[in-house]
Amino acid sequence: MDRSTFWKGFFRQQRPLIILGSIVVIVILYFYLTTPVITEAVLASAVRHATPLVLGAMCGLLGERAGIINIGIEGQMLLSAFIGFLVNAWSGNLLLAVFAGVAAGAVLGLLLAFMSVTLKIDQIIGGTVINIIAVGLTGYFYQAGLTTEGKLAPIALGKLAEIPIIGRPLFNNPPITYATIVLVFVVHYVLFYTRWGLRTRAVGEHPKAADTLGVNVYKIRYINVILGGAIAGLAGAFLTLEAVGSFERLMTNGRGFVALAVMIFGRWTPLGSWGAALLFGVTSAIQTQIQFAGVIDIPHQFIGMLPYLLTIIVLAGMVGKSRPPAADGIPYEKE
Amino acid sequence: MNENIPLALEARKITKRFPGVVANNRVDFSLKKGEIHGLLGENGAGKSTLMNVIYGLYSADEGELFIDGEMVEINNPHDAIDLQIGMVHQHFMLVPVFSVTENIILGAEVMKGTTLDLNKARQDITRLSEGYGLKVDPRAIIEEIPVGVQQRVEILKALYRDANILVFDEPTAVLTPQEADDLFRIMRQLTEQGVSIVFITHKLREVMDVADRITVMRRGEVVGTTTPQEIDKRGLAEMMVGREVILEVEKDPASPAEPVLQVMNLSVNDERGMGIVHDISFEVRRGEILGIAGVQGNGQTEVVEALTGLRSPASGEFYLNGKEMPYGNPRKLIEAGLSHIPEDRQRHGLVMSYSVADNMVLCTYYESPFAKGLQRNKQAVLENAEKLIADFDVRTPGPMVHAGKLSGGNQQKVIVARELSRPVQLLLANQPTRGLDVGSIEYIHKRIIEERDNGAAVLFISAELDEIMSLADRIAVMYQGKIVSTLQVDQVTKAELGLLMAGSEV
Ligand SMILES: Nc1ncnc2c1ncn2[C@@H]1O[C@H](COP(=O)(O)OP(=O)(O)OP(=O)(O)O)[C@@H](O)[C@H]1O
Ligand SMILES: [Mg+2]
Repeated sequence: MDRSTFWKGFFRQQRPLIILGSIVVIVILYFYLTTPVITEAVLASAVRHATPLVLGAMCGLLGERAGIINIGIEGQMLLSAFIGFLVNAWSGNLLLAVFAGVAAGAVLGLLLAFMSVTLKIDQIIGGTVINIIAVGLTGYFYQAGLTTEGKLAPIALGKLAEIPIIGRPLFNNPPITYATIVLVFVVHYVLFYTRWGLRTRAVGEHPKAADTLGVNVYKIRYINVILGGAIAGLAGAFLTLEAVGSFERLMTNGRGFVALAVMIFGRWTPLGSWGAALLFGVTSAIQTQIQFAGVIDIPHQFIGMLPYLLTIIVLAGMVGKSRPPAADGIPYEKE
Repeated sequence: MNENIPLALEARKITKRFPGVVANNRVDFSLKKGEIHGLLGENGAGKSTLMNVIYGLYSADEGELFIDGEMVEINNPHDAIDLQIGMVHQHFMLVPVFSVTENIILGAEVMKGTTLDLNKARQDITRLSEGYGLKVDPRAIIEEIPVGVQQRVEILKALYRDANILVFDEPTAVLTPQEADDLFRIMRQLTEQGVSIVFITHKLREVMDVADRITVMRRGEVVGTTTPQEIDKRGLAEMMVGREVILEVEKDPASPAEPVLQVMNLSVNDERGMGIVHDISFEVRRGEILGIAGVQGNGQTEVVEALTGLRSPASGEFYLNGKEMPYGNPRKLIEAGLSHIPEDRQRHGLVMSYSVADNMVLCTYYESPFAKGLQRNKQAVLENAEKLIADFDVRTPGPMVHAGKLSGGNQQKVIVARELSRPVQLLLANQPTRGLDVGSIEYIHKRIIEERDNGAAVLFISAELDEIMSLADRIAVMYQGKIVSTLQVDQVTKAELGLLMAGSEV
C-alpha cells in the first residue's frame, strides 16, 4: 500500500461503513432539526459508548496487523478496570489509577505475547486464558461496598464546545475520551506512515520475508501485543474511572468482543474502527434513549439487544469480504 | 582466475541436519573476491541450505564461516546484512499486498523524521532500476504483477542494500532468456565493482556462460569444483546426477487426432480491469503438444488461469472433448480429465503444511481407493505416495514429511507426480520443469511425451525457447495478449521465434 493508493483502497474498502455512516448522519441531522437537545445528548452518549470499543479495536488490530490474534481484549479491559478502580480507591489519585489500569493491560499483553510468540500456543486458547484469568481474579478480589471519590470529569474546550451538533459530543469530554480520539490518529500514523508500522504490517503478512530483511519478527510481535494490551487497559480505566466511577462484576459486558467486530468492520484500520465504533455507539445511545423515554412498547431486553444484533449482522455481512492480514494467527517458526 | 585472489567468503566443514536428512555434510565452499561462482546440484542436494546457513536463516550444526578471512558468527539475517551479504531467495520473499517500493525498503527504510519518505524511496528505486535496466513500477502492488517482474523486484531488493557478497538462488527459473541475459550483464557489472556472487541454477548453459568457477553438490556433499574451461555441459550433468544424462528430448513425430480443448474468443482482464488477453482462439488436439511461447507477462499465465477457473474470463467459451467446460467447478474439471501444473507451485500447487502423501492425493482423496465411504484409507494414500516418490525420484525423508520442508525442485516434482498420476485428457503445464535439475527434466519430458502418445492433449507454456522448441509439436506465439502466429515446430528457427516473441513480423 503506497499512500495515494492507500487512500483509494481505504475508501473502496470502507464503502459499507461510509454508506451506513452517511445514512446515520442524515438521520441525525433530521432529528437535530426536530429535537436538538435530545439529539446532542444521544451523540455525546454515542461518543462515550464508542470510546472503549475503538480502544479495544485498536488493541486488536495492533496485534493482528503483526499476526497475533487477541481475543483476550475483554479480559484485559476487565482486569484493568478493576486495577484502576482499586488504585483509585487506595490512593485517590485518578491519574495514578489510569496509569495502573494501562499497566495492567500491558502486563496481560505481555502474557499473551509470551504464550503466542514464545510458547507458540494456539492464540485463541491464549486469549481465552486471559479472559478466564481476568474474570477469576476480579471476581475473587471484588469487595462489595468499596467506593471511590469522584471520576474523571469533562473538560469543555472553550468555544469549540459551543459548535452546534458536534460541539458537545466532541469537545466537551473527559480526558480518556479526548486521549482516545488523539490515539486513533496516532495509531493510524504509526501504522501507515512510520518504519515501525511498515515492519508491523510486513510481519503480519509475510513474517519470513520480513525476517530475511533483518526485521526481528518476535520483537515486533511482542511490542505490538503489549502496546495493544496497554490500549485495552486504557479502555478498562475508562470504564471505572471515567464512565461509571465504580467497579462491578463483569462490567465489560462483552465490549472486548464487540471491539473485535468493530475492528473487522473497520478493516483493521484505526480510522475505520473509529467509524464503526461510532456507529455502534449511536445504536447503543439510541437504545438507551428508547428505553429511557419509553416511546416504544417493547420489552427493554429486546431493545438492549440492538448493539449485539448489529454486531451479528455486520459480521455476517462482512464474512468473506474482508481480508485479515495473511499471517494472522500463525506462529512464526524459524527453520 | 588468479590463484592469489583473496577470498570474500569461506565456509568450512558446514554440517546441517534436518529430521531424517543431512542436508549439508561437512561442506567446504569458497568464494573469491569479484568472482561469479556457479553452484550446481540435483534437487535436494543442499544448495539452498548452504546459502541459508551463510545468510543466517539456518544455523549450522557444525562448521565455520569466514568473511574476508575473519571468522564470523551469523545467527540471523540481520547479522548477514550487517556483513553486507545479500540474498535473492529461491522462493519469493515479497509481501503480496505491499507495493514494490515498500517491499524494497522494508528493513532499510528511508526516513524523513519519523515518517517514511516514500517519494525519495521511489526516486531511488527508479534510479536503481534504470541504472541496471530492471524495469519496474515502484507503485505497483506485488500480487498484481507477473512473477517475472516480481523476480526483478527481488533482485532490486538485494541491489538496494549495497551488498558485497550476493547470493542468487535460482534467479533465472522464472526469467525469459532475454531477461536472464540482462541479469548476467548486471552480474558482470557488479563483479567489476568488486561484488562477489554465488549463482545457483539448473541451467547448464547459464553457468557455462557466466561462472568463473563451478561447484557441484550431490546429496549434501561437494562433488568438486571446476571451471567452464575444464568441463562441458555433458560433463557437468554427469557430475551432478552421477550418471549420463540425455540432454536432448527424443520423441516421435506427433499424430494429432480430434481436438480435445477448443478455446473460442477468450478475453481476460487483469485485477484492474485492463484487458490482458484479447479475443484469442485456439485448439489442442489429442496426441499433440501445443507450446505457448512468449515473453513473461504477455497473457500466457492468464490464459491458463482462465482455463482452470483460477480467474474468471471477461468473455469466451471453452470446450473439453466437445462439451462446454464445467467452468467454476474444479472437481468436475478434474474429473473430466484436466491436469494442471501451475506456475506458482507454493501458492496454487501445494498445501505446504500437508504431508507429501496428502498433497499427492489432493484431487482424488475422496475416491476409491483413497477413501471408503466417509473414511480415508491411509494405507492406500501412503502406498500411492511411495510409488510416486520412487517413480519421480522425489528426494524427501519420507512420505509423511510436510511439503514445505522439501527443496524447491522436489516440491515441483510432487505436483508433477500428482498431476500425471491420474488419467489425463488435457494437461495444462505452466513451466512444468521450473527449478528442476537436468535429470528430473529429462524424466518429466519423457513423461509428458508419454502422455501425448497415450492420447492426451498437452498445452505447455515455457519461457525457455530451447524447451519449447524441443518439446512442442506446434507453437503458438503470444504477444501483448494476442496469438500472433501459430507454427509447426519444424517450420521455425529459434531466432525467428525470438523475433516473433518480441513482437516483430518474420
Ligand atoms: N526447513 C527444512 N526442514 C526440513 N528439511 C529441510 C528443510 N529445508 C531443506 N530441507 C531438506 O534438506 C535437503 C536439501 O534441501 P535444499 O533446499 O538445500 O536443496 P537444493 O539443493 O536447494 O534443491 P533445489 O534445487 O530443489 O532447490 C532436502 O532433502 C530437503 O528436504
Ligand atoms: Mg534450492
